[in-house]
Amino acid sequence: MPINLDSYIGVHAEALKLRSQRTEVLATNLANADTPGFRARDIDFKSALAVAGGSAPGAVKLTTTRPGHIDPAAAGGIDGNPLLQYRVPLAPALDGNTVDVQMEQAAFAENAVRYQATLTLLGSKLRSLLTAITGQ
Amino acid sequence: MSSFKVFDIAGSGLSAQSVRLNTVASNLANADSVSGDPTTVYKSRHPVFQAIKAGIGAPKSDAAVRVNGIVENHAPPTARYEPGNPLANDEGYVFAPNVNVIEEMVDMISASRAYQNNVEVMNTSKEMMLATLKLGQT
Repeated sequence: MPINLDSYIGVHAEALKLRSQRTEVLATNLANADTPGFRARDIDFKSALAVAGGSAPGAVKLTTTRPGHIDPAAAGGIDGNPLLQYRVPLAPALDGNTVDVQMEQAAFAENAVRYQATLTLLGSKLRSLLTAITGQ
Repeated sequence: MSSFKVFDIAGSGLSAQSVRLNTVASNLANADSVSGDPTTVYKSRHPVFQAIKAGIGAPKSDAAVRVNGIVENHAPPTARYEPGNPLANDEGYVFAPNVNVIEEMVDMISASRAYQNNVEVMNTSKEMMLATLKLGQT
């Protein structure tokens, strides 16, 4: 029986990719913690993973047939990336910066731990595959 | 997709914050550089940060930071009556820079903490990447 490696690994590979993207976004926020006018952003991981896994709840895509039509995918996020959202600021600074360093640090730590968790799951999947191959 | 972008981003943060630390050091070192002319006296300077694209071909979600320029503070210098000072003008006044030492110290702490933040981001990303390299190994 042929085995489909993609379906065996499941959503973990996509999750790992999204986690590393989120690391970059959070690193951006921390690097720009003192930049006037910079607005903090983040990836909504749950909906991003749903889109990546193809299981988005309302996965009916709207097409743009005329130049006046607005592409919903491009309109929803920042700079054409629909997964990227601006963070709702708790206390924006007077210079327009909305980075809350403590919040970003917490999010970064959480993201790093979840990355490691995904990595562990992926590793155990690969190891059990190896066990099946070698039969030991 | 390259996960090494995170090093570029955190690295730009490190460089920007070290420029900020340098301006603080320059302001503190010149806090007492008096002059007899209010136009030539040292003025405290501060960097202006700006978010830029992380690199050629980088996704738009990533923004590095760069120092867009150094601006001088245009607050008037403080005049001190020191007729014995060799730099004093005809009326016996010297002009001290508009450096606020307390503000500079606070700025230094803020820059130092931001620098440490970026170092931590780099360290954590490095560990994540090393763990990824070991994926599948027993």
